[in-house]
Amino acid sequence: MLSAHSITVRIGQCPIVDVVSLNVAPGEFVGLLGPNGAGKSTLIRALAGVAPHEGEVRLGDVPAAQMSPRERARLLSYLPQDRQIEWGISVREVVALGRHPFQRRFARLSGEDEAAIDLAMAETGIASIASRSAKVLSGGEKARVLLARALATGAPLLLADEPVAALDPFHQLAVMDILRRRAGTGTGVLAVLHELTLAARFLDRVIVMHRGGIFCEGPPEAVLVPEVLEQVYGVTPLTGQHNGERWLLPWKRL
Amino acid sequence: MSEASLPSGVSSPRNSRTRAGLTFAVLAVLVTAAFALSMAIGPAAANLSALFGQLTGGEADTAILIMREIRLPRALLALLIGATLGASGAALQGLLRNPLAEPGVIGISSAAALGAVIALYTGLSVAVPLALPLLAITGALLAVLVLQLLSGGSSVLTLILAGVAISSLAGALTSLALNLSPNPFAAQEIVFWMMGSLTDRSLVYVGLAAPFIVVGLVLLLGSARSLEALTLGEEAAVSMGVDLGRLRWMIVLGTALSVGAATAVAGVIGFVGLVVPHLLRPLVGHRPAYLLPVSALGGALLLLVADIAVRLVTPGAELKLGVLTALVGAPFFMWLVVRSRSGRVG
Repeated sequence: MLSAHSITVRIGQCPIVDVVSLNVAPGEFVGLLGPNGAGKSTLIRALAGVAPHEGEVRLGDVPAAQMSPRERARLLSYLPQDRQIEWGISVREVVALGRHPFQRRFARLSGEDEAAIDLAMAETGIASIASRSAKVLSGGEKARVLLARALATGAPLLLADEPVAALDPFHQLAVMDILRRRAGTGTGVLAVLHELTLAARFLDRVIVMHRGGIFCEGPPEAVLVPEVLEQVYGVTPLTGQHNGERWLLPWKRL
Repeated sequence: MSEASLPSGVSSPRNSRTRAGLTFAVLAVLVTAAFALSMAIGPAAANLSALFGQLTGGEADTAILIMREIRLPRALLALLIGATLGASGAALQGLLRNPLAEPGVIGISSAAALGAVIALYTGLSVAVPLALPLLAITGALLAVLVLQLLSGGSSVLTLILAGVAISSLAGALTSLALNLSPNPFAAQEIVFWMMGSLTDRSLVYVGLAAPFIVVGLVLLLGSARSLEALTLGEEAAVSMGVDLGRLRWMIVLGTALSVGAATAVAGVIGFVGLVVPHLLRPLVGHRPAYLLPVSALGGALLLLVADIAVRLVTPGAELKLGVLTALVGAPFFMWLVVRSRSGRVG
């Protein structure tokens, strides 16, 4: 669904992301991992089309650069890291903004719009707070509302920058479950994550970034191993098995 | 979740849309009424029925002259300038995501006034009447550009401080012009003009300002849809298909054209763009797109009513319109600052 070739992002002359290529297939839940400053956020912003970059991003068969912003927005939804909702509009109206790429000025929401909004709100469990003002949401609620907004677009590709940052364990698991399920319906999901434990459990594939490049990639059990984590993060993990599932816990610094 | 199961008084998307439509209709009726009232009230006892009597008689006498030459331009300017101030306030607040943004508060009006003063002071406006709105628009445009450069549109504090800096500089340059004025009467004229008023503006002024104001309003209203997406921040908006550069230019140009032209003919009338969107926002479910057209009408209504008020309250020496809006608006602004400090604005 998404294929990116030789993506480079520079600040001045200094490359923050240095000639990175990657793919996300339909129905695949891919994690972008790496220590602070590795270039994960910069890369995902470039892929989402909100940061200038060199190299080519293709959505399906078409280069994103050849699409109008609205066309691109219908194929790719992006959940930024900072959770901003400026005015006190209702939760349902925030989610409805996900239909923005499909709407015309001052037009009513179509039946299709309403269905996509309802679905996204049901998936994220926020139907009960639909009429609440966005100004009075807790951190966990806000995260789910904004995720619902990104889901409501119904785009075949979802990019999320640290979707579980600053959430309690319950909401972290909830968000990972939602993303996992969306991938199950055929959406390609790419998420920047810091939570190694969640990454090891939920992802189909892990891309580990280090100093602006891709250090290695593959299924979590092949990539999230002590040798890699020690080199990239400088951290030794504990690993084990529970009910046939492998778990991983960052344990101590080298 | 169906509409019927929502508790009353809450805003679903459809709900806000209906309420915005209703608010718009009510305001449109009120604006029409205020416009008619503005035509009917004045020192000369020329009432509407007398006018219609004259019109049907086909004679032009003092009544019709007063209507056409004094009250019509006054009411038209109140309508256009009020709409300008309301809409530009709503658009700037949406763009900068800041409920304290307003052409007066952030220095656009004073920069436009400086441009107009230069046109008046140099006598350019006498030689070329169009120089008055054009120089005011140039002043407004420079102010918006400097503002964007200084504040970047994120923090409340930088925005207000940049506004203070622009206002101070424009004020100082205006004072300099007055200071150096060889003719004390000309200086006094300029001072009175800057206080903001719609008195004694002929239809020529309407003709000078209206084209710029209308184009500016079209640009501002055209930004409504993109402002919705901007509710979620700039990055999210761009990812949702908003052309941020184009949106900025539409609002910058729209504000400069409409506020510049408005200031050129009426002087500085502040705080309308602050008060009106703030009062109307809850009525349209806080939606930036709905707030724009509704604020245009609300601004027009406020200015029509305020202009009627100055005629009635102090019939002898008319209170200047800009003085009245500042007297009411400045305390309101202070109250908003206090509220925004405790994070409850918006």
